[in-house]
Amino acid sequence: MKKVYPDAAAALDGVLFDGMTIAAGGFGLCGIPELLLAAIKKAGTKDLTFASNNAGVDDFGIGILLQTRQVRKMMSSYVGENAEFMRQYLAGELEIEFNPQGTLAERMRAGGAGIPGFYTKTGVGTQVAEGKEHKDFDGETYILERGIVADLAIVKAWKADDTGNLIFRKTARNFNPPAAMCGKICVAEVEEIVPRGSLDPDHIHLPGIYVHRLIQGEHEKRIEQVTTRKREDA
Amino acid sequence: MPWDRNQMAERAAEELEDGMYVNLGIGIPTLVANYVGDKEITLQSENGMLGMGAFPYEGEEDPDLINAGKQTITELSRTSYFDSATSFGMIRGGKIAAAILGAMEVAENGDLANWMIPGKLVKGMGGAMDLVAGVGKVIVVMDHTSKHGDSKLLKECTLPLTGTGVVDRIITNLGVLDVVEGGLKIIECADGVTEDDIRAATEATIV
Repeated sequence: MKKVYPDAAAALDGVLFDGMTIAAGGFGLCGIPELLLAAIKKAGTKDLTFASNNAGVDDFGIGILLQTRQVRKMMSSYVGENAEFMRQYLAGELEIEFNPQGTLAERMRAGGAGIPGFYTKTGVGTQVAEGKEHKDFDGETYILERGIVADLAIVKAWKADDTGNLIFRKTARNFNPPAAMCGKICVAEVEEIVPRGSLDPDHIHLPGIYVHRLIQGEHEKRIEQVTTRKREDA
Repeated sequence: MPWDRNQMAERAAEELEDGMYVNLGIGIPTLVANYVGDKEITLQSENGMLGMGAFPYEGEEDPDLINAGKQTITELSRTSYFDSATSFGMIRGGKIAAAILGAMEVAENGDLANWMIPGKLVKGMGGAMDLVAGVGKVIVVMDHTSKHGDSKLLKECTLPLTGTGVVDRIITNLGVLDVVEGGLKIIECADGVTEDDIRAATEATIV
């Protein structure tokens, strides 16, 4: 079966529908599936629920889908960098479910691993715990969190072979593996697709079993906060 | 003289022992890294990195290498990378020895509030709830009082909580306090600050 598609629009053909849930990889603007997000914008799919740690900025990342009002709900841990997001949220046009960051990552991992729920101490005694089952183990209280299974996962990796084995680069790995795992279908965009046999099997970060469709493309890879230090005088 | 931001960070660095894996929050906690001296402290960035290095030189920024505050950083010879589920697995699993975090309020039972103010823009808790629930020791670095002089060390938090009974030690501009049975215990005073000064500036029960 051929996994490699010519471009993002082709790779998403037939998998998008209004009201669907999409798990997206990335942390801030680092390691986000920018080409697939642009293609979803172009496709005009509406009423989307996104499980994604962040919501991008106004003109990049998931932010571009907020501008076009394609997003109905966000499941995120931190959404601070997006003015349009805040405007829609305060106006009641956008729903947000705040998830602690580790809970969100584990919900994706668990959903992808066939685990419908798990207990965690994170959030006990806070707003996050309201309405959730509490259970004591060994004298400590935990809450039940549900695994996430998304209709579609969109992720960004550094390199892939044509069978979908993925390698990520530095901190651009972040939410991409758990997001990929929890999708019924996963589409990955990478900077380079190499022939099978050219990646060391011991160095694969995400096995191709999780990846159904694949594209290669040019990435902008925008930096959210450039922070540097001065060179000391030699 | 109460401690300034850098002195608070320097005092917080004394809490760290050679060989520790530590997570530093945004703000004053970030400055703690400047004061670890010869101790080998491995900093975790919860977006998926152990062994966080300094900011890059201008022109050497890498968009694939950022910290949890989304700033560009560098790697070290001992750095490792991993995904977010693994990252919070090591946090939730108690493998990270300590987290040094900022706070809006701390209560005398160790409750911590540092993620939202009702009525103001809510940006989210990020990884704060996971960190305080999971790491070995939670050290809070914060101003003792608000700009209006009100104590931020309270009998009960007024803001929505990040965690309940999670704080172990508080380092403020006035001194160091531990959360113990029945309230807060003064461990140390900043230079020129007396225990009476701390008592006068604190709403929480001092035991």
